[in-house]
Amino acid sequence: MTTGTTYPWAVGYVAGDRPQIVTDRFQYEDSYTLARYEATGGYDGLKAALAKAPSEVHDDVRGATVLGRGGAGFPAGIKWGLMPEGVYPRYLVVNGDESEPGTYKDRLLMERDPHQLIEGCLIAAYAVGLSQVFLYIRGEMALAQERVGVALNEAYAAGYVGKNILGSDLSVDIVLHWGAGAYVVGEETALIESLEGKRGEPRLKPPYFPAAIGLYGKPTIVNNVETLSNLPWILRNGPEAYGEIGTETSPGTRMLAVSGHVKRPGVFEIINGSTTFRDVIYGEEFAGGIRDDNDLKAFVPGGGSAPWFLPDQLDLPFEGRPVGAAGSMLGSGAIMVMDSTTDIPAAALTLTRFYAHESCGQCTPCREGASWLERILRRVVDGEGTRRDLAMLVEAGSTICPGDFPHAASERLGLEASPFPYKMTTICFVGPSAYAPVHSALTLFPEEFADRVAPNGDGHAPIPVTVTSSAGGAS
Amino acid sequence: MTDTTSTEQHVTITLNGKEISARPGEQLIDACERNGVYIPRFCYHPRMTPVGKCRQCIIEVDTGRGMQLQPSCMLTVSDGMAIDTESELTKQVQEGVLEHLLINHPLDCPVCDKGGECPLQDQAYSHGPGESRFVEQKRNFEKPIPISDLVYLDRERCILCDRCTRFADEVAGDALIHFIDRGNATQVNTFPDEPFASYFSGNTVQICPVGALTATPYRFKARPWDLEQSESTCQTCSVGCRVNIDTSRNRVLRVNGVDGDPVNWGWLCDSGRFNFEQIHHDDRLGSPLLRTDGGELAPAGWAEALDAATNALRGAADSASSGGIAVLGGARLTNEDAYAWAKFAKGVLGTDHVDAQLGDGLPAELVLGLPRATIDRAATKGGTVLVLGPDLKEELPVLYLRLRHAVEFDGATLVEITPTETGLTRYARSSIHPTPGHTAAVVRAILDGDTSKAVGGVEPADLARVAELLRGADPLTVVVGRGSLAESAALTTDAAAVLHDALPEARFLPALRRGNVFGALDMGLAPGLLPGRVGLDEGREWYAEQWPGVPSETGRDATGILTAAADGHVDTLVLLGADPLADFPDADLAARALAGARTVIALDRFVTDSVAKADVVLPVAGYAECDGTTTNLEGRVTRLSKRVTPPGTARSDWTIAVELADRLGTDLGFESVADIWAEIEAVSPAHTGITLEVLAQAGNADGVLAPPAEATVTLGRAPEAIGEAASDDATAADPDQPPTDPDAPADAPSTTEAAEPAELAADSEAAVEVVEEVAADVEADAAEADADSDEPSEEVPARVVAGRPALLEFVAPEPVAEPGPVDAYALRLVTRRKLYDNGTLTAHSPSLAPIAPGPRIALNPVDFDKVGVAEGDEVRVTSAAGAVVLPLARDAATPRGRAVVTTNQGVRITELLAVDAAAVDVRIEVP
Repeated sequence: MTTGTTYPWAVGYVAGDRPQIVTDRFQYEDSYTLARYEATGGYDGLKAALAKAPSEVHDDVRGATVLGRGGAGFPAGIKWGLMPEGVYPRYLVVNGDESEPGTYKDRLLMERDPHQLIEGCLIAAYAVGLSQVFLYIRGEMALAQERVGVALNEAYAAGYVGKNILGSDLSVDIVLHWGAGAYVVGEETALIESLEGKRGEPRLKPPYFPAAIGLYGKPTIVNNVETLSNLPWILRNGPEAYGEIGTETSPGTRMLAVSGHVKRPGVFEIINGSTTFRDVIYGEEFAGGIRDDNDLKAFVPGGGSAPWFLPDQLDLPFEGRPVGAAGSMLGSGAIMVMDSTTDIPAAALTLTRFYAHESCGQCTPCREGASWLERILRRVVDGEGTRRDLAMLVEAGSTICPGDFPHAASERLGLEASPFPYKMTTICFVGPSAYAPVHSALTLFPEEFADRVAPNGDGHAPIPVTVTSSAGGAS
Repeated sequence: MTDTTSTEQHVTITLNGKEISARPGEQLIDACERNGVYIPRFCYHPRMTPVGKCRQCIIEVDTGRGMQLQPSCMLTVSDGMAIDTESELTKQVQEGVLEHLLINHPLDCPVCDKGGECPLQDQAYSHGPGESRFVEQKRNFEKPIPISDLVYLDRERCILCDRCTRFADEVAGDALIHFIDRGNATQVNTFPDEPFASYFSGNTVQICPVGALTATPYRFKARPWDLEQSESTCQTCSVGCRVNIDTSRNRVLRVNGVDGDPVNWGWLCDSGRFNFEQIHHDDRLGSPLLRTDGGELAPAGWAEALDAATNALRGAADSASSGGIAVLGGARLTNEDAYAWAKFAKGVLGTDHVDAQLGDGLPAELVLGLPRATIDRAATKGGTVLVLGPDLKEELPVLYLRLRHAVEFDGATLVEITPTETGLTRYARSSIHPTPGHTAAVVRAILDGDTSKAVGGVEPADLARVAELLRGADPLTVVVGRGSLAESAALTTDAAAVLHDALPEARFLPALRRGNVFGALDMGLAPGLLPGRVGLDEGREWYAEQWPGVPSETGRDATGILTAAADGHVDTLVLLGADPLADFPDADLAARALAGARTVIALDRFVTDSVAKADVVLPVAGYAECDGTTTNLEGRVTRLSKRVTPPGTARSDWTIAVELADRLGTDLGFESVADIWAEIEAVSPAHTGITLEVLAQAGNADGVLAPPAEATVTLGRAPEAIGEAASDDATAADPDQPPTDPDAPADAPSTTEAAEPAELAADSEAAVEVVEEVAADVEADAAEADADSDEPSEEVPARVVAGRPALLEFVAPEPVAEPGPVDAYALRLVTRRKLYDNGTLTAHSPSLAPIAPGPRIALNPVDFDKVGVAEGDEVRVTSAAGAVVLPLARDAATPRGRAVVTTNQGVRITELLAVDAAAVDVRIEVP
């Protein structure tokens, strides 16, 4: 029934009949070799860049509005512009520590097309005037490490990386660094700490970006693997061509990893902005619908940290603003689908347990609160919880995220959406992420919790959950 | 304290609807606290970089983007900031965070040492939700584990605030404790097999906001509410840290640091923190001892002992030779004790053979005569510090902390000219180690710019680098001390003289180590000196009016005294807490001297090796057993606090001086410590204006520098006296005129009694009023100076006070001859000290004594390999003066051709030293 092309060497990837900016080479079994890369336009983007002034390259990227694909969706061109002028050395750090639950797109990009990433690094280095790149790859991704490592050796040997690249004045070194297995290191300042050899703990904000004070206290750009992988195409084809794909505010394509109760979980490169969640979950060229043709119960739209959506939100497009107004975020490009058979409290527990385990331990509310949430939730899931526990989940969560917490609208419950973002008492988003699934599950499926702590004599009494009535802005 | 100056810039912020003014650059949490709004906190410590980890201090702040939750310890104030510390949201967050901090906390407050003074407990009451909703199993760890010889860690109580770990890394520079594991399983711990062996580990116990860190000397000893607390000054070394002494039932149980800007910032070294244990040691002397006919020291009554001492002194005074009586020591006394003994020795006994140092320091003229720096000046942002001599980490640990901070955080430049690597070497821009005996030549070459050839074992490039660093250094502070006992003090003096001559703007911070050595020197316990940094000749006329008499000629220093004693020219030798056998850098001479003196009178707290040779032993009160004042290396006079009674019948040194003088027919005129200080203030040109009232003022809790700044000189004077002193030039010029000070004895010592109590009180009251006004001005001036520039406010010493003799100026002595080269079979000797040694304080503190590292002789690996024995094997070390047996150590930090021995570690390495040698060479023999 499903359409689209799959390849035995790119397990999980599904190609379709639509523009493919970063995954075009996945069709070749040897896509990760320099020979294939060069035969398919490889390093032409770099050559095009070198023919221009660095500022023109920067303008191209800025003009293309490449939204960061790590989770926050901040435009790469603008991020680059935050670097203070004239301060050297400056660094580019590639965030290949992809660990958000449900997200596995960067891994494929590194495994299947490492040269594309390297070329993207070189273009970025040229545009912002730096000569040192650190490529931080998640510790568990052995194949990605190997492929990128081999590709780097090839690129050095071929003169694409190193001194006087392609005979130009550009000299760039790329250092490969393997992570040690901490989710929080996906947060850019924690990644920088980790690179510096310290504990992977997020730095305090402000400064909100490491652009001015980053790695070793120097100006630093941290970009996601997918973000950089877009650059060769943009340099080859121009920002205008990029802008013709997708919408004005979300141009180009973006990669999505779909998991859960769908017929065909996998990674898809979709047209940004215009594609809807319904397209991706039900589209024959994408996930192909819910397994066993069950009903959709809920889905996580942007990685494990994101508040959940209901079928009510299926027609939202992949645009940051409407998704935020609807009470969640696009995040890292991971959709996790839960069908009607899903045990919602157990699903929430799975996610919360992950964040409790991954808390770095720095901030009190996250260190203590996340594991507390996990333990209360565990009790509820095990059928040993009380109504008091349900209230406790919300109250403990409110220490991490005081005030209104975003959630989706539910026609069934007569619930209006509470928009993104939230207030938080922690340095980074790990703490709130531990609470997000709890809050979504409790708010959108109160009866499943009531069932779990029932029977208690008064049936499905209202669950003590704070429900916001208006879409008023939480600052 | 309000700022009255107009020049200081202010930032206006709105705190809970009320406009307040904050200081630019100030942390929000501090600005709120100064304005009466306390925000709860755990990780924040004003002396360390904020980390924002505990999240307890989160409040709502509007910086123009609407109210947002922000940790107030991480935000610096900015104009227009609006803060709400009382909002519902703030309250919810603060209660929530506290509840979260407590969920895994064992709440074993009833058995916790911290209970009753615990920030977690206190803030749980003040800002917590009142009860916990946590019903789950708490986090479990093995209950307290020792992380060093002195500190226990209870990880269950720990709230992971990062204070101790931050202190270890950021303040102490000993990053030996760290967080390990992650998330809810995070714990503080040491690295495997690497204990938290920091000289500053006790500070982590003090700053721990819970009872997670406890120190062995205090564990389970007391409950905080049973403790009486009193501020005092640490007398372990000459840095003079402010401390709180906690006592209960006549026992000192704990010492904590007090945060003051000029000196210790709240930090203490472990020696200063824990050596209070010696106060109550069983070996403390509680009764006088007299040598019996059988040659034993046996307990005696005070009358008997004082009679014996009096007879000895009278006999010596009566004998024609002026070398009859000599007094050694006094560097551990209070200022008042030292003054009483100076007056007794010089004014009554008429001897100038008095020396508070034991040949292991620097000449008093150098220490008192060079332009003095403060610690703040040395630690000035962007300034330069030249350390000439000792390893400050071992000898003056808190000065090491301050200098380390200056380098690490304030851009100060550190240059070292030391005999070996030191604790500060890793922070030094340049660190050179001249061959002992050539230090002065090296300094000369650097200052002359003659860097064409190697000098004293230092390569030309290194000489040039130091010269470059010193060129244009502003301000330049020279920390000058005795780096090695095996190098003549004359060479250090010479080097300092050269520096003073070539760099007139440089100020000096003398790094003598004994607790109140500076007070003793200021009080005249040195040959050729009178109280108040006055030369004997310059002060003779003035003191002849104040005292019964003044010595007719300059006496001998410690070396001279011991030499004379060894030759039989000292009739009575008085030891004021001095142990020349252990400390004097010529063990042979010291032994001969103690044998050669006819009578040795020792005032001490313990029977040291030297005391064991004495004929009359008088037990004295020590630290925490005396009121009075002490003086630190800056010349800062601070107060001491008597907290416990001395053992047995031991009494203060000054009372013994008074008693002995009385028996010799002279009334010293002192009935109390306050009497003595009043006289010091009245006669000493360096202490004019520093009355007890001034010292007692809240604004002077950090002490007062002597001599005080011009503005402070008038403090404590009645207004008319100020006017007279200022207007009547004739008074100043004419020494025959009586001093205008109403408190001062008018003409003869006997008139000290003229100052009647009532008068004193009246004067004091008047004085206090003046003082308050002037002090406010001084503070304002200081604040202004601070605001104007980053330089610390410098108090200009007044060299001349009307009617009193001028202060000593340093006059460079003749350069000394350098020693010859080391012969091919010998190594040049360097001695160095360690913080923990066999010194009286450490050796009698059960917690500290075992961690003294023990004796050793360290050689560079190249030299070590030539010896051909294993590390730790004993070798025989011989010099021209003597021989000792020491375990051999291999040490890459030791320069080639040198042998480094540690002093006072159980083997008397002073056997190797000869006091007249410019340098000492040793040979290593395998026995």
